Amino acid sequence: MISIELGHYLALGGVIFLLGVIGIFLNRKNVIVILMSVELILLAVNINLVAFSIYSNDITGQIFTFFILTVAAAEAAIGLAIIVSYYRNRGSIRVQEINEMKG
Amino acid sequence: MPYILIFFPLLGSILGYFAKSLGDRYSEIITTTLVVISAILSCIIFYNGVVHDVYENYKILDWINSGNFKVNWSINIDPLSSIMLIVVTSVSSLVHIYSIGYMSHDPNKPRFMSYLSLFTFSMLMLVVSDNFLQLFFGWEGVGLCSYLLIGFWYKKESANNAAIKAFLVNRVGDFGLAIGIFLIFYYFGTVNYNEVFIKAASLVDKEINFLGFNTNLITIICLALFIGSMGKSAQFLFHTWLPDAMEGPTPVSALIHAATMVTAGVFLVVRCSPLFEYSQVALNFVAITGMVTAVFAASVALVQNDIKKIIAYSTCSQLGYMFFAAGVGAYHVAIFHLFTHAFFKALLFLGSGSVIHAFKNEQDIRLMGGVWKKLPYTWILMLIGTLALTGFPFLSGFYSKDAIIEFAFFKGTPLGYYAMTIGIFTAFLTAIYSWRLFFMTFHGNYNNKKILKEETHESPLIMLLPLTFLAVGAVFAGFLFKEMLIGHHYLDFWKNSILFVKEIEHLHLPLWLLLITPVLVVLAIPITYYLYIKDTSILDGLKKFNEPLYNFLLNKWYFDELYEFLFVKPIKFIGFILWKKGDQNIIDRYGPDGFSKAIKFFSNKAVKFQSGFIYDYAFVMLLGLSFLLTYLIIN
Repeated sequence: MISIELGHYLALGGVIFLLGVIGIFLNRKNVIVILMSVELILLAVNINLVAFSIYSNDITGQIFTFFILTVAAAEAAIGLAIIVSYYRNRGSIRVQEINEMKG
Repeated sequence: MPYILIFFPLLGSILGYFAKSLGDRYSEIITTTLVVISAILSCIIFYNGVVHDVYENYKILDWINSGNFKVNWSINIDPLSSIMLIVVTSVSSLVHIYSIGYMSHDPNKPRFMSYLSLFTFSMLMLVVSDNFLQLFFGWEGVGLCSYLLIGFWYKKESANNAAIKAFLVNRVGDFGLAIGIFLIFYYFGTVNYNEVFIKAASLVDKEINFLGFNTNLITIICLALFIGSMGKSAQFLFHTWLPDAMEGPTPVSALIHAATMVTAGVFLVVRCSPLFEYSQVALNFVAITGMVTAVFAASVALVQNDIKKIIAYSTCSQLGYMFFAAGVGAYHVAIFHLFTHAFFKALLFLGSGSVIHAFKNEQDIRLMGGVWKKLPYTWILMLIGTLALTGFPFLSGFYSKDAIIEFAFFKGTPLGYYAMTIGIFTAFLTAIYSWRLFFMTFHGNYNNKKILKEETHESPLIMLLPLTFLAVGAVFAGFLFKEMLIGHHYLDFWKNSILFVKEIEHLHLPLWLLLITPVLVVLAIPITYYLYIKDTSILDGLKKFNEPLYNFLLNKWYFDELYEFLFVKPIKFIGFILWKKGDQNIIDRYGPDGFSKAIKFFSNKAVKFQSGFIYDYAFVMLLGLSFLLTYLIIN
């Protein structure tokens, strides 16, 4: 039987983090997907924190996770609000059409 | 007192220019008054010098004091400079007064008066300097003012061209003068007249290597200085700028291009007589140049039709007289002729200005004639000027011009006799062209179809008054100053301001020589009257018969064309190549233009980076982050 060690948790965190990052810049369609990817990155961090907290027998990491979850919820709310108002102005949230900053 | 004399014109120039906000009249009054005060002071200084023997060197300021090289700004009053002061300030003040009338319709009067005063100041600095450097300052100052005043009507393209031409031709001469001064400083170690002239005697036989030739030092210095003189005094080969300079207003022609500035060259030669005396080669060169110019300019003046150009060539020719007088060693006679010439030539110029004024800016003498009853005062004044210029007996030109011819005879060398012959011949030519000018302007039939004869009018009093003064000078200057300046005891006046190594002996003159010039001159009057007024058919025949010669003279010996071909075109061509190929194709292309193009190119590439897509930015951020992390971890 394989025992689940710290390394496995960290690997899971790393994979989720990478998924989030790749999701941001390979995504060509939807701003909401970017928002979801950002959430994924935060979750990956949370997993890391919890894993280390158990490993080093220190409760601080888990408390921090709660803070991050709160912040992530708030951020998701604001992000969605921005997307809604952007949609009202532009009529589209396709990523390819958001290039106002083009030089 | 000398300080006031020198600096009042400068003050007038500055105040006069800024007085324009008060009104034109104020600036006219300020400049004229200050220059008139200068003129009065210079008369007092001249009187003190002659009667009380007060000659001094007043120092104004240290200028350069470096090692053993000391130059001062100073006012050196000696017989030579005091007589130049009289010429400059008196003619200048009369021209100032005349300009008030002549320029009355011009919108830029304050500027004009200011330039005139500035010119007077520069000329005074030139004549009173006691060293070559201050002389050079004045020399360039008068050159600048000449440029400004020739181009005074800057909206006229011909005036601008003439101004540039005068400036450029003068620069060529100034180059010679500068080289002369450099040589003097290099070999004498000083540029102060006194020290240079004292040392000159000890350096007579010194040979130097100049451009690969072994030449006598004094000779090469004198020739270099004389090239400067030739440029300023419009001598042969450098003369082309003077007739074109007539594009300027007439008072300018009278003051600068007849009475004062152009005589600066003669002044320089006379001032440097202690150098020239030691170089027979240089003196001969001066004499020959003078003779060639005298004949050349007189021959051109014979056929010109522009009233001012005739007088301009006449000035050229008279300057030639002065130079060959100096060349045969009769420096005092050269200055005497300069003195009398200033009066009658300024009179002629201002008189012609009055004629031009009467004909509403017409300058072609073929379109004048028959108006002597309409312009009685101008007629009389021009008559006096013409008589004086031609050397009619007992007027000023008679004394000075005959003296030149006599001294050439006294010289006794072949060159002297040759100069005498040329002098007599030129005097005859002078008489013919002067009377031609006079008769065609005032006598014969009225030929102008554009202006009715009744519309021509006499000039206002403010223009005639200065003319009257000049006329008095033209009549009496020769007679009054003859004994003092060139009489038997001339050294009593000149003292040591002019050096004669070998004094010219006063011989007994043969009667034929005494009579020949006046007789020729007087004979020229009826001849000219007959040819140009009574019966022009002879002249027309002559003109047809000698068509090439006539055209040769009419086109001023084709000098302008020759210079155009020899200098102007090649230099323009080189300039064009340097401009198009050197400047635009190399310097601009790889310099400023190249840089700006490269920057534009690279920034265009960099702009491509800003795609505006959020995921591109995120990608770059990630890349950067990972590079940074990698770097930190490896370290």
